[in-house]
Amino acid sequence: MAEPAAPLKKTPLNAAHRRLGARMVDFGGWDMPVQYSGMLEEHRAVRERVGIFDVSHMGELEIRGPEALELVNWVTCNDASKLGVGQAQYSALLYENGGFVDDLLVHKLAADHFFLCVNAANQDKDHQHIAANNRFDARVENAGERYAQLAVQGPHALETLQKLTRVALKSIRSYHFMDDVVSGATARIARTGYTGEDGFEVYVAPAAAERLWEEILAAGAEFGIKPCGLGARNTLRLEAALALYGNDIDAGTTPWEAGLGWIVKLEKGDFLGRAALLKQKQHGVPRRLTGFEMTGRGIGRDGYEVWVDGDRGGRVTSGGPSPTLNKNIGLCYLPSGLAQTGRTIHIMVRGAPISAVTVPTPFVNRRKMRST
Amino acid sequence: MTYPENFRYTKEHEWVRVEGDTGTIGLTFHAQKELGDIVFVDLPKVGAKAEQGKPIGAVESVKAASDIYSPVSGEVIAVNETLATAPEKLNADPHGEAWLVKIRMSAPAETASLLSAADYEAYAGAE
Repeated sequence: MAEPAAPLKKTPLNAAHRRLGARMVDFGGWDMPVQYSGMLEEHRAVRERVGIFDVSHMGELEIRGPEALELVNWVTCNDASKLGVGQAQYSALLYENGGFVDDLLVHKLAADHFFLCVNAANQDKDHQHIAANNRFDARVENAGERYAQLAVQGPHALETLQKLTRVALKSIRSYHFMDDVVSGATARIARTGYTGEDGFEVYVAPAAAERLWEEILAAGAEFGIKPCGLGARNTLRLEAALALYGNDIDAGTTPWEAGLGWIVKLEKGDFLGRAALLKQKQHGVPRRLTGFEMTGRGIGRDGYEVWVDGDRGGRVTSGGPSPTLNKNIGLCYLPSGLAQTGRTIHIMVRGAPISAVTVPTPFVNRRKMRST
Repeated sequence: MTYPENFRYTKEHEWVRVEGDTGTIGLTFHAQKELGDIVFVDLPKVGAKAEQGKPIGAVESVKAASDIYSPVSGEVIAVNETLATAPEKLNADPHGEAWLVKIRMSAPAETASLLSAADYEAYAGAE
């Protein structure tokens, strides 16, 4: 007998999504909108105008105490000591062997207070991992239930959100945030995102989420705002080559392999995973996450086999159509010696090898896109 | 949505329209709606053999790839080439302009095992 499935978790916007006619899916135990009007239309809205996403499923952890910084810097690989108050940093939690527990955003609220945004499905694991490695004068709290999160993304994101707050949003630089009020609710307004576009991620109390959602939709109407689901979120982040935990990074991959060496600060002092990363750096990184674009007729999708020079080279970790480029793109791990750009590879699509070529990432570059 | 009375349907959401010994194959309105934006259609070549219930190609949306199962057995005698460059037509007109292939049927009696329009509509609606 199968275990009865646990009921899906719902964000505070569940009813709002259903009213909008969203198609709902089980995403890591959450009942989430995968699309409203259509993934292509939603994708284009974010690239050309503005879109809003309910990302309340994302997890939040808070670390407080006199040694909050020491704890954060012990469990993450980037250097949180470089953060000023009001600044955010992309980083990762690593196992002793250098593999990813999760990737995350670290926000510094005060000298003794950090706010971590983590992947929904990893929240409890991350909390346990940090708690288990906490030998400092600091506390870690699983705070996910206290926050809803809305992402407003796209070239008109700033103008849209500006109507709802007194904060001069242009004064919040990329990877910075401010705590203030948005549409009457206390909010953390961060200039961050997962789309490759300019935009904001707004954290509010769950009770304030629905009103904020409605007011952002109204404020963005003149720009053609669209509610966007997880489908568009995935195509947008893939074009920007932003890693997805569980696909492109996991417990078996290291930041060197994933092309995330820029978030590893070996010089900051010891941290979890440092010895393994140092060793891998000295001995050579065996494989690298590599971008490809299909040249033959076919779409290389998640999990499809990759062949290089007649040998199995790995698997596609994320792959699909790029609505912006009108090409089929993807990411895969290739042996380091074969991971240069311009190499012809083959993706096995329904049993047939379809040709592709390795290309630099990101696939879509915001500045480049604007000028074309 | 009304499903044409003169088509027969599969539980995998294909339709076939029979004229003489030729079966024209397509994807149902329900299928395209479930798939969402269709971005790629993979069809067999003229001359390929088709077998009832076996894949003859695939259709891909932004999110996923799905096999197309042939409702009838026989030989592919025509392929809708416009779908190679305009797969979105499958969303716009799945029962008309966006037919997939035509098959010269080797066992026309097979269509008796397929669903009527009313039965398919009830089946798709309950899914």
